Amino acid sequence: MTAISAPMMPLEVKGGAEPPARRQLVSSATLGMLIFIAVELMFFAGLISAFTIVKSTAPPGAWPPPGQPRLPLELTGITTLVLLCSGALAWLSWRAFSRRAATARVTRPLVAALVLGASFVVVQGVEWLRLVGEGLTMRASTYGSFFYMIVGAHALHALAGLAALAWCWRRHAAGRLAPSSFAAVLALWTFVVALWPALYAVVYL
Amino acid sequence: MTTTTAPHHADAPTAEHVHDAHDAHEQSFFTKYLWSTDHKVIGFQYMITGLLMAIIGGYMAYGFRMQLAWPGEWIPGVGFLSSGRYNAFITTHGTVMIFWFAMPVLIAAFGNWLIPLMTGCDDMAFPRINRLSYQVFLISAVVLIGSFFVDGGAFGGAWTAYPPLSSKATMNLTPLGSTLWVVAVALEFVAFLLGGINFITTAMNARAPGMSMMNIPIVVWMIVVASILFMVSVGPLVAGAAMLVFDQQLGTHFFDPGQGGDPILWQHLFWFFGHPEVYVVLLPAMGICAEIITCNARKKFFGYKTLIYTVFATGIISFFVWAHHQFVAGIDPRMANVFTITTLIISIPIAEMLFLFIATLAGGQIRLNVPMLWALSFVAEFLLGGVTGIFLGASGSDIYFHDTYFVIAHFHYTFVPIAVIACFAGFTHWIPKMTGRMMNETIGKLHFWFTIIGFNLVFLPLFITGAWGDHRRIYNYDHFPDLTNAAMQDLRIASTVGLLIMIAAQGFFVWNLLWTWLKGPPAGDNPWQATTLEWATTSPPGHGNFHPMPTVYRGPYEYSVPGAAADFTPQHLPPA
Ligand code: HEM
Ligand SMILES: [Cu+2]
Repeated sequence: MTAISAPMMPLEVKGGAEPPARRQLVSSATLGMLIFIAVELMFFAGLISAFTIVKSTAPPGAWPPPGQPRLPLELTGITTLVLLCSGALAWLSWRAFSRRAATARVTRPLVAALVLGASFVVVQGVEWLRLVGEGLTMRASTYGSFFYMIVGAHALHALAGLAALAWCWRRHAAGRLAPSSFAAVLALWTFVVALWPALYAVVYL
Repeated sequence: MTTTTAPHHADAPTAEHVHDAHDAHEQSFFTKYLWSTDHKVIGFQYMITGLLMAIIGGYMAYGFRMQLAWPGEWIPGVGFLSSGRYNAFITTHGTVMIFWFAMPVLIAAFGNWLIPLMTGCDDMAFPRINRLSYQVFLISAVVLIGSFFVDGGAFGGAWTAYPPLSSKATMNLTPLGSTLWVVAVALEFVAFLLGGINFITTAMNARAPGMSMMNIPIVVWMIVVASILFMVSVGPLVAGAAMLVFDQQLGTHFFDPGQGGDPILWQHLFWFFGHPEVYVVLLPAMGICAEIITCNARKKFFGYKTLIYTVFATGIISFFVWAHHQFVAGIDPRMANVFTITTLIISIPIAEMLFLFIATLAGGQIRLNVPMLWALSFVAEFLLGGVTGIFLGASGSDIYFHDTYFVIAHFHYTFVPIAVIACFAGFTHWIPKMTGRMMNETIGKLHFWFTIIGFNLVFLPLFITGAWGDHRRIYNYDHFPDLTNAAMQDLRIASTVGLLIMIAAQGFFVWNLLWTWLKGPPAGDNPWQATTLEWATTSPPGHGNFHPMPTVYRGPYEYSVPGAAADFTPQHLPPA
């Protein structure tokens, strides 16, 4: 008993019993990330409802505005699938990680998730350049403003998520990736991936 | 033997490891006071910054109230107040008092101080995020103040920033100031997001062993729920703020009806945040008063669980009342009916909370010390604010009252109890813990009475002028013959005199602080004979707060328990 000198030891430790522990809901890193994601969810909910209100109050025939380019439905449909695959691969990597599988079984799906996610962002960027070239700019119409606003906000989140995945990859290679950090990053990436089909449905379809 | 080495989770600090702060010996002034991750230092930083900002906000109020009482006259310390500066003063006053005074002091300062101490842990869950939160907050304050010095001056389109006034430089004449205003508010939100994540995570994950959810002190619950409300409501406003900045600087037309946009959209995004925001500041204030009232009534809080569940319910309902601010904005009358009903519904849980306070007082051994005076006056004054809200919540009467001084009086009878009265209640109650010294009761009482008298003299007359139809957005009544009769002007002057009294009364507080600093008697660990964990450690608490860390054995308000040795049984005291 006398050896207990840790600073967080409770005042009263009954002889022989386990010292009472501080109970955690989930790890602090994950809880913090989940709260952050809730905020982001409301942020996008705000954007989508603003978009829906403006769209539904536009005079007949004015939405999308005549003379403005149409959004690339099919190509974006494909990149949506690519992004979903990226999300699934990230989960595979997490599964291998939490089962303490060999490094390669964690790294391979993780890198694949990174590559697929990055290609999603790149294709989006190329499409943006084309649309801007064809006259769909932020200023041209509220249609354009909302498009760049919503899709751009998602793209920023995707970039942040990719950076976080890359960080996990590096930490794991160094053998220093804490499960709680990986779980938090996975939550972020899952949010980015799962949000996109909803945005696609609202903005493109 | 299994217990000789403690299991890993028990000896790890509750906070993520922060090495720079945990070797407390050789610290320079900079690392100790400006770059610290200690929640107590950050709490002080927020408190001091918040109080300095309150002085700025108060100075603005002084400026425009003088103008309203004696239009066009030279104002000592301000000069002649032009209409543009008047608008900037009003706008900055509202913005500062809510975002840079009420929130930082009530949530960030008290949250930082009380959450780790009352839940029995050594620091916040994420100390470095906590430090970052204050730094971002400081930058936001600098940006806001800086906006006074740019071309065109500070934004003057009211704290609600309705477009098109806020979105078009041709209308607001503050091409840079209006954008800086949005940027400052957005930065402040970032600071509170970082802070809020910390508060919630700490209260959920780092509590002392034995402290179940239903053993958490009320004020901690209140700050947690307030943080959740803030987090959930702020997203849409951030979206709106981004759209507003794009309208201002990039030439988009989100809020421009002529170009396919919708100005009412902003009002929805703003008030979807704005109404929950009033509960964001109300709940911590109520929590502070709940602690003080139970402690000084020497009675268990009446209906602890009822209160907690009521708070959850209030939080949820507060997301469904926002359009009561828009009854005259041209919304559909059927929608107005819905929001009238939800607004009347939300006054029920608010009233219920006040009844719980009163029931706690009933039959108690009441000690009328300074914190208790503040806490009791909170209940009394807030009641007036809450009741007048019902007049405004009924769309029929609001069409008349909207944008009159009645609205101003209503929300100051809520905000002043929240941000001024409850803050002083909290200061006078916890400053002995924060500094280790007692404050002076006599100076404290003088401060209390002069502030309360001044406050009521400011806003009671405004209920009357408002009911007479006095419009709230007029710079100089000389141009409005209907509103310049002598009776109205007398009431305006009375209100300004009240403000001068209220400002002067704060001299007592400064005096009391100085007295405490120079001559305050030592407070001891537990000067109020209170039960919660913050009183289990030294005053002020040292680095790491508790040595050894406490274990909790009971609920937070075991006062006057029959058969107990003293009339209070602290949470950490092992059962006999
Ligand atoms: C929690 C305490 C409260 C606070 C801090 C508060 C704050 C405010 C503020 C700041 C405004 C004016 C906003 C502006 O136009 O600048 C306001 C207006 C209003 N409040 Fe409250 N309020 C509180 C409680 C209530 C309650 C309990 C009710 C109803 C039961 C209520 C109903 C209203 C209504 C309907 C308006 C709109 C009046 C108008 O602009 O025509 N408030 N309140
Ligand atoms: Cu409201």
